[in-house]
Amino acid sequence: MSEEGKVCDAPECSNPAVVHLTTVVDNKSTTSYLCKSCAQAKGISTDPAPAVDVSDFLAQLGEAGPAKATASAAEPCSFCEMTFDNFRESGRLGCPHCYTSFGAGMRRLLKRIHGASRHAGKVYLPADPAAADLGRRLDGLRRGLQRAIDAEDFERAAVLRDLIREHETAG
Amino acid sequence: MTMDDFLAVPDFGLGWLDASGPHADIVLSTRVRLARNLQGHRYLSRASDSDRQTVFRAVARAVDQASLPDDPVLLPLAELRRRTQRILLERRLVSDEIIGRSEPESGAGVAVCPRETLSVMINEEDHLRLQCLMSGLRLVDGWSRVDGLDEELGRHLPLAYHHDFGFLTSCPTNVGTGLRASALLHLPGLVLTKEIDRALNGIAQVGLTTRGLYGEGSKFVGNFFQVSNQTTLGQSEEDLIDHLDRIVATVISKEREARRVLMRDAGAVTEDQVWRAYGLLRYARALTYEELMNLLSGVRLGVSLKVLPSPPVYSLNRMMIFSQTAHLEDAAGCPLSSSERRAHRAEYVRRALRDESAHGTSDPGP
Repeated sequence: MSEEGKVCDAPECSNPAVVHLTTVVDNKSTTSYLCKSCAQAKGISTDPAPAVDVSDFLAQLGEAGPAKATASAAEPCSFCEMTFDNFRESGRLGCPHCYTSFGAGMRRLLKRIHGASRHAGKVYLPADPAAADLGRRLDGLRRGLQRAIDAEDFERAAVLRDLIREHETAG
Repeated sequence: MTMDDFLAVPDFGLGWLDASGPHADIVLSTRVRLARNLQGHRYLSRASDSDRQTVFRAVARAVDQASLPDDPVLLPLAELRRRTQRILLERRLVSDEIIGRSEPESGAGVAVCPRETLSVMINEEDHLRLQCLMSGLRLVDGWSRVDGLDEELGRHLPLAYHHDFGFLTSCPTNVGTGLRASALLHLPGLVLTKEIDRALNGIAQVGLTTRGLYGEGSKFVGNFFQVSNQTTLGQSEEDLIDHLDRIVATVISKEREARRVLMRDAGAVTEDQVWRAYGLLRYARALTYEELMNLLSGVRLGVSLKVLPSPPVYSLNRMMIFSQTAHLEDAAGCPLSSSERRAHRAEYVRRALRDESAHGTSDPGP
């Protein structure tokens, strides 16, 4: 869309053009060059949609935020020593333990971001899995097996079938 | 294969360009990625050099032991020349973040299965970013392949997982499934008929997000829009994929409808614009990348509408990749100033279009 060296076509504007606009009306095309603010004034977006900004969510939580809401959130993470203030600044956690170190506030934050705070996807099993996790894991593997069969990916289906048998025996 | 000669493999990591997938005239590519981390290790923001090296070695060992569909090539990014790092970026195999502003962080790497278009970034924002990149709209297939890779690596690596929160990630916007699936769509019909803002608003209202060609923070160029899921927690991977698949299918049908309207109500103007775009590409002596992308957009539309008999979509896809800065400098064998880049880009495109003519599809000019 950017046009090197062009100046905005809007009256009394000499800003560099960033938008090359072609309009087609009644089979006739008109070309114009616009700067960012004139393009926006005409309702033409020049920027991609903003990504989810965790810091904004944290700011919105304000006084009810995890740092104030729970005693544990005031403590740094026991594994990486990240504080909630560090997290608030960077929007990035320090290690997997931060999720539990920042307590109930983290669950609230996840609810704000995702509209949910509980995982409903595939289950990863540690060496000694709980029975409930094993059941969820098997459900996921069976869904994967069906998907592989539907896609006629029989090599993958065989791998998944063996994995399911392995887990069924272990359970 | 060593890291020195991987670029000698034709189209290394570029299987997704072949335009073989469904709706490839509108959907350039489908990408499905999973964010994963290792238990007991700090994320990049808190990790020391030694932490990063430990993670790199653990992942390298797992990649070596895992049974993968294709022999992976493991590339420690810091050992590659800057231009080679940028070539990987331009081929969408690594991110801006992992190659850094001036150099990659210690322990940063990428493992690529060249034929299967599967890859794993190591020590990016998360310890592992698993990716499958395919031609056309193939979200279910892409998910199935990256899921297979995840299963294999998960057998050899202790992943950070919580029974309530799912897969734990550096940024809470990725936690749960760690899944970000996207389709890169070429939507000139909706742009020209001024329906694009309505379409983008509709996409946002159903919980999806739209980005530019190069993902988060990138601009909309050449009428390309990347549509992806926004949330990762609370729904299964299949539900997230299915929702995105259905919405993208709707956007494709709206785009096809817009193209029909364009040809019906402004056929002569559209045809003229398409031919002008082709003519400029065929004869210009200097092109900026954005100018090239806009002209390629016109030609791509013309090929899809059968206004132009050639070049094939595959060749247009290749031109997008090989006319980027690092690829041009690699072909020239030296750094290029911005005016030299514009000239080399125009020359590359002229030659590519001339070669197309020489390979049977004669110059489409009347």
